[in-house]
Amino acid sequence: MIEIDRVTKIFTGRGAPFKALDDVSVTIRENEFFTLLGPSGCGKTTLLRVIAGFEAPTKGQVTLEGKDLVALPPHKRPVNTVFQSYALFPHMTVAQNIGFGLEMQDRPKAEVKKTVDEMLDLVRMTEMADRKTSEISGGQQQRVALARALAPRPRVLLLDEPLSALDFKLRKDMQIELKRLQSETGITFIFVTHDQEEALTMSDRIAVMNAGEIRQIGGPRDIYDHPAERFVADFIGDTNFLTVDLEAVEGEGATVRFASGEALQVRAPESGATTGKVTLAIRPEHASLTAPEGAVLRGVLENIVYFGTDTHYHITLDAGDRFVLREQNQPDQTQARSIGDAVGVHVPVSVGQVLRD
Amino acid sequence: MAKGFDIRRQTGFTTIALSCFVVLYLPIILLVVYSFNAGDSIAFWEGFSWRWYQSAWANEQVQDATIRSVVIATWAMVISTICAVLAALATTRQGKYRGSGFVFALINQPLMVPEIVTAVALLIFFAMIKVATGYTGLFYLILAHSAFCIPFAYMPIRARLQGMDLSLEQAAMDLYASPWRVFRRVTLPQLWPGILAGAMLAFVISLDDVVITEFVKSAGQDTLPTYMLGQIRRVVTPEVNAISTALLAISVVMVLAFFFLSRSRK
Ligand SMILES: Nc1ncnc2c1ncn2[C@@H]1O[C@H](COP(=O)(O)OP(=O)(O)OP(=O)(O)O)[C@@H](O)[C@H]1O
Ligand SMILES: [Mg+2]
Repeated sequence: MIEIDRVTKIFTGRGAPFKALDDVSVTIRENEFFTLLGPSGCGKTTLLRVIAGFEAPTKGQVTLEGKDLVALPPHKRPVNTVFQSYALFPHMTVAQNIGFGLEMQDRPKAEVKKTVDEMLDLVRMTEMADRKTSEISGGQQQRVALARALAPRPRVLLLDEPLSALDFKLRKDMQIELKRLQSETGITFIFVTHDQEEALTMSDRIAVMNAGEIRQIGGPRDIYDHPAERFVADFIGDTNFLTVDLEAVEGEGATVRFASGEALQVRAPESGATTGKVTLAIRPEHASLTAPEGAVLRGVLENIVYFGTDTHYHITLDAGDRFVLREQNQPDQTQARSIGDAVGVHVPVSVGQVLRD
Repeated sequence: MAKGFDIRRQTGFTTIALSCFVVLYLPIILLVVYSFNAGDSIAFWEGFSWRWYQSAWANEQVQDATIRSVVIATWAMVISTICAVLAALATTRQGKYRGSGFVFALINQPLMVPEIVTAVALLIFFAMIKVATGYTGLFYLILAHSAFCIPFAYMPIRARLQGMDLSLEQAAMDLYASPWRVFRRVTLPQLWPGILAGAMLAFVISLDDVVITEFVKSAGQDTLPTYMLGQIRRVVTPEVNAISTALLAISVVMVLAFFFLSRSRK
């Protein structure tokens, strides 16, 4: 268990001081696949560097199983990193790179060799053991970097966008391989990415970051189905934002009233719900088209875009807002609607999410 | 390169470039040619011979000065390279700190202060020590040479360190290497080309020095360049050409080695 407690990092360089991490608190569980997701420059790498020991936090605590990490220099932390740039040692062979950590721990030669062989096998690089790192491809370098960080069996593995340089196919393969490694080794993975799909498919939990702050922590479903605020909803997937009147809150549920006058049961934000004007988020695929009569939302069909697996309907609501709706296609279906039709939007109960603030 | 400004098309460019090359290299070519002159003159060609090389080789004063030059240059190379490595590590492996520009200037001081000023200062300083201790050995020359060789050794080493990926050292740290082991196992192996280049530069610069040596040396401590200077004041024979040509050959070999070392393993 790794605990990050109110960590703030302020860089003071030549220019004005810059707050790269702002009061970040998160607890990562044993053997969890934990993902940091956020736009470029939001502080993901900085948080990893604080955990690895390359940056000292300006304020706050980092502990591993209750032991303070901040006081330890990087080489005394049971934490290994897969660097964004791989950082393989160019003057060593693939096998020497993988064995480096074990050697630095003064493990016996026989044990080093045995573990290196296992690791080579694990990342399928046995034939290339004696190559120089400059003589292997980018994807192979990435696998060597992974094996090198795994070989000493750290408690925590930090991975800084390790798949960003790979092509689509290799990336998919490595995603599966990483998941397998994580469950086989029992190591805690802290994984950085700015690819939302990668985060959703691989993680046990995701922390969405923006401008040095963690905006929401939760499982992939939680984050996708129930974003807490506009930034999260916008960053992950597509979302319709509607301004509605919040009339009542009962526990997790809430009642909102649309401009059309219709009321609907939706999900309340986790905290700080106040009645009055609020923003409601509805995913395009969670709504469906119906007849205008009695629908919670009514409007005119502006555009129909066919995507193969699904079709997108662009609607201008009577209240003036734009709404996008997505429906799964069936084989040999004929398009029943046409542009200019008056349509209604059906939103199931407890699907819309009222956003914080 | 499309149209635009092309220096090679400016009037007179070819002429100026050519005359620069002539002024630079013609004297050296003549020097080398006349080192093989069979006659006594450095201006009239009387046929080919190895005579001056043989006479220089057999000249005890030349032998003496050569050995001294090599001893001083070797020591200066070792001392200045070690200092340069430490200085380069201190100026590149620490974040910018107050006064880091000043430290940089301090290290490169021998490049900026006129050599004659350093020479006079060292003369006076060492004279005081000589009086106080009575020691008059080679050590003064070695120390002086080491000092002015540091910036030359420092430059290629610093360049190499700056071009080096910091994340490599961090990766080593991350993999449980203590600071000393990071240096031994990761920094040093990558730094070698820079260190060799710096050491060779220092050696050549020391071998070549006249001004500071002339001021600092005690009686009977001639190096090859100061010996030649002394000779030229008396009779000029092609023996000086022969020695110069030998020095030139050594320098060319060193520069070529420097070139290949800094190019390879990049
Ligand atoms: N040493 C430093 N000095 C000053 N500012 C820094 C330093 N390192 C990072 N920053 C700033 O801190 C912010 C966060 O940087 P960080 O590298 O953590 O971003 P990131 O989330 O990893 O982004 P990316 O997805 O582009 O890698 C950036 O705005 C960056 O400019
Ligand atoms: Mg980053």
